[in-house]
Amino acid sequence: MATSSNDTTALLDIAGVSKAFGSVEVLRAVSLKVDKGEVVTVIGPSGSGKTTLLRCVNFLESYDSGSIRIDGKEVGFREAGARQRRSERDLAAMRAETGMVFQSFNLFPHLTAAGNIMLGLTKVRGKSKAEARQIAEHWLGRVGLAHKAESLPAELSGGQQQRVGIARAVAMEPKILLLDEITSALDPELVGEVLAVVRSLAEDGMTMVMVTHEMAFARDASSRIVFMADGGVSAVGPPKEILAQETTNERLRSFLARFRASHF
Amino acid sequence: MGYALNFNLIWRHFDKLWGGLLLSLELAVISIAIGIVIGLVLAVWYVSAGRVVRGIIAAYVEFIRNVPLILLVYLVFYGVPTVVDLAYDAPTSFVLTLSVYSGAYLVEVFRSGLEAVPRGQLDAGKAIGLTPWQRLVHVRLPTMLRITLPALSNTFISLFKDTSIASVISVPELTYGAQWINFNTFRIVEVYLVTTAMYLVTGYTLLFGLRLVERRFRAAR
Repeated sequence: MATSSNDTTALLDIAGVSKAFGSVEVLRAVSLKVDKGEVVTVIGPSGSGKTTLLRCVNFLESYDSGSIRIDGKEVGFREAGARQRRSERDLAAMRAETGMVFQSFNLFPHLTAAGNIMLGLTKVRGKSKAEARQIAEHWLGRVGLAHKAESLPAELSGGQQQRVGIARAVAMEPKILLLDEITSALDPELVGEVLAVVRSLAEDGMTMVMVTHEMAFARDASSRIVFMADGGVSAVGPPKEILAQETTNERLRSFLARFRASHF
Repeated sequence: MGYALNFNLIWRHFDKLWGGLLLSLELAVISIAIGIVIGLVLAVWYVSAGRVVRGIIAAYVEFIRNVPLILLVYLVFYGVPTVVDLAYDAPTSFVLTLSVYSGAYLVEVFRSGLEAVPRGQLDAGKAIGLTPWQRLVHVRLPTMLRITLPALSNTFISLFKDTSIASVISVPELTYGAQWINFNTFRIVEVYLVTTAMYLVTGYTLLFGLRLVERRFRAAR
């Protein structure tokens, strides 16, 4: 597993990205490289810009300056000339290369579990219904929900819905998977089943960027941890290094202290 | 008083009522169908448009909602042909009017439905790479339909009852049939009792059918 990312062939290359909502700077020149096969977890207090950063990677949010490249290709803006937003068609095609799993699941309520997974496969990937169905069943099996293919989201528990959400994202065979606090809306006893799925995807070599509050998971399952504070990257490195920095990084210390106070 | 109910004359002319009811339904179905197209197109346009287009659509909705239908019916049937060189018969004129009228109400129903679709679902549609059109067809409209079905049913029933106003320009629908029988038999109580019953039964049947559709969709939520 790669731990340093100084090479120029990073799968995801975020360079100097800044963004403001009105007068509030939510991202301040954030840079981060993620190599193929890496699992990068992003931690930090709420309001530190973690989710916004993630949403910029698939251009659900635009950003004011800087650049984000996946596989060398600029995500939201045209390559040549002045900074110009890509067409909606291009953006859709770019987004199909990244998968995203949301805190609130965001399953399509009118489609079954299988239908949720098949929509992108048929409409975006152009697969036949039969082929899409097969892929959907494969991934439902992988997340332990083979028997729920015909269930509607409303008939599933939170943990089950989120596993369908993960299956929907990975079935598209994205280059990179973005996970946005995917266990935060779950009852504690359902968190484990979802994290187990993420772990097994990591073992398969799926490249992931995961915003999370699950410290134990970040420590055990990630190649690197990014600690964000006030819209910037305050510390980044392998879990051991990050946790060792607690003595020198004031912000990290207070975050972890507050975190421990509220979670243990 | 000594008014004795006598329905014999009503039954003798019942074909006027039955034929009227069928025409009422026909007027309603055609107008609502056109109104749905108007409403959907304008609602989708509204939620993605700039200020100017929004203003124009809002003006249309406000105009229609603040003018009595009967006035619009007169305006389109008597007013428009005297100004522009257009000729249409009374039923066509009424369908035209009720279509534009129902369109305005349905824009509002569809617009609020579209705006009620959770942001997260649209994000999910974006995230899997759907184009804006695909997001509209496969994500936004299906959810919107589920949200708006109850309001839609009420609007449909209301529009069906509004067809009675066509009687003022002599379209031989149900209310006009009732008036005809009244003028020719003077059995005023009997004829309006029967007519009321016919509106009631038809309205309830429609409502019952629409509720079945709603339940089917709600189960699939």
